[in-house]
Amino acid sequence: MSTASLAKSDYETPNRSWYKRNEISVTPWLFLAPAILFFAAYVIIPIFQSFEISLFAWDGLGAREYIGTENYVELWDDPAFYTSLKNNVIWLILYLLAIPAGLFIALFLNQTVMGIRLYKSLFFFPFVISQVVVGLVFTWFYDPTFGLLNTIIGWVGLGPINVLGDPTYVTYGIIAAGLWPQTAYCMILYLTGLNAVDPEQIEAARLDGAKGWRMLWYVIVPQLKPATFIAFVVTIVGALRSFDLISVMTNGGPFGESRVLSFYMFEVALSEYGFRMGYGAAIAVVLFFIMLFFIAYFLYSMYQDERGR
Amino acid sequence: MFPTPIQKSPRSWQITYQSFLPVALIMWLLPLLAVALFSVKPEGDFSGGNYWSLPSSFGGFENYGRVFFESDMPRYLLNSLLITVPTAIGAVALSCMAGFALGIYKFKLNLWVFFLFVAGNFVPFQILMVPVRDLTLDMGLYNTKTGLVLFHIAFQSGFCTLFMRNFIKGLPFALIEAARVEGIAEWRIFIYIVLPLMKPAIAALSVLIFTFIWNDYFWAIVLTQGVESQPVTAGITSFNAQFRAAYHLMSAGAIVAALPPVAMFFLMQKHFIAGLTLGAVK
Repeated sequence: MSTASLAKSDYETPNRSWYKRNEISVTPWLFLAPAILFFAAYVIIPIFQSFEISLFAWDGLGAREYIGTENYVELWDDPAFYTSLKNNVIWLILYLLAIPAGLFIALFLNQTVMGIRLYKSLFFFPFVISQVVVGLVFTWFYDPTFGLLNTIIGWVGLGPINVLGDPTYVTYGIIAAGLWPQTAYCMILYLTGLNAVDPEQIEAARLDGAKGWRMLWYVIVPQLKPATFIAFVVTIVGALRSFDLISVMTNGGPFGESRVLSFYMFEVALSEYGFRMGYGAAIAVVLFFIMLFFIAYFLYSMYQDERGR
Repeated sequence: MFPTPIQKSPRSWQITYQSFLPVALIMWLLPLLAVALFSVKPEGDFSGGNYWSLPSSFGGFENYGRVFFESDMPRYLLNSLLITVPTAIGAVALSCMAGFALGIYKFKLNLWVFFLFVAGNFVPFQILMVPVRDLTLDMGLYNTKTGLVLFHIAFQSGFCTLFMRNFIKGLPFALIEAARVEGIAEWRIFIYIVLPLMKPAIAALSVLIFTFIWNDYFWAIVLTQGVESQPVTAGITSFNAQFRAAYHLMSAGAIVAALPPVAMFFLMQKHFIAGLTLGAVK
């Protein structure tokens, strides 16, 4: 025993505590603990709980009844589910228009003239406003009796169209409202990206005779790749999170034609139409897997980036 | 057009550009300008059917006065503030620590933990809705501001950690090594060396989280109901029910509800944009 303690005192003074000896390996976990705890309780664990709940019939209050995959079987034959899914696809595709639109506005505003900073801020304005207010603003904009849209197309002898009351137009009308703040967001990403474009490369390309579209596509857009990636991520996430606008503008109507999965889930699980938590959870699981496909891609891209450092 | 600087283009194009700018801006903000116009029109204009004429008299004081003194709007605004500020403080505090751990230390699970935060940040809200509502009910926090704040802190810590970790990775590591050689304790390194360098990131995140949370609607209607705890995004629905078809008041209400994040943006513009675009440009 005495030899052992002697050996120890050779490399360490006895008053160094366990914490002191393991400081470098323990500290990160101490610092991570609160965030991980919160994140696990409110985000990670609930994902798995939702998977579980989707296998039950449950009204949120009484006893749960295990019904296996019945919720998913019902979903398979639910026309409202397919309407929502179809609308989700339309949202995803059309929402991506925010990226070229944002780039276009950014190119337009990327000049140095008097007051351009204020112009840039004001163009960015719609993104700062809550989606609820954007929804209200566009509901009035589309209003068939006094809305600005119908007033304007009335001048050229068209209309009136009740955009939000017509099953064929309603989803497009809401997406247009959503594109407004989203385009502003993409614009600001590109404006920042354009600041970092290398002027020497542009000069070199100009000497080589590149101009117009070719200059844009082959010289400028490749240099904006990081901005495009972020714009893509936030636009996809935004499209799949579309809930506020639908809830405020149409509440899913007319005849449920403007529902998307996120809204339909809420309607099934937590609205006057019922408290079917199990069925709602099943819809959420489907939505989760659609998102997971994109999350995997985002993480893969980030991983490549990390390794490149 | 870009990349040709406007100063080098012909005089005629310069004039066209300069005069087109305000036109483009008005077109871009047209729906909003319409609401702003509505909010200062007196009631008589609407009953007379003069929706789009200039206001026959300035009704702004009366309209906004009624929003503030005859509705629950001030209460909703206060609720929003009491939800937003603690969330911003909490989420930023948690993520400063988590970002420090992930940005400075090399350990086996580092990238896994980091990706867990990133992935969680992207999940659809609906997959969390039922369990989070349950958890909040079980803790007795349903329909309280605290319940909403706790969830927001947890969820936002995903994005904030991503942000903070990348920021800390960009700091010179030599500083930390030097401190370690001096024998300074790790937690002191965090407080006295890293934290002061994180000020710009903290400012950017706080402004961003303030805006995100102020504008949240989904969780507000899932976790709260009624005037005692609902934030303004959810409250505006009841406000509109109270003033149904009174467009001048609903417009004024919408503008009041939208204003705080807008003010925040204009006051803290530099931080705001730095926050939004971090990572887009190094």
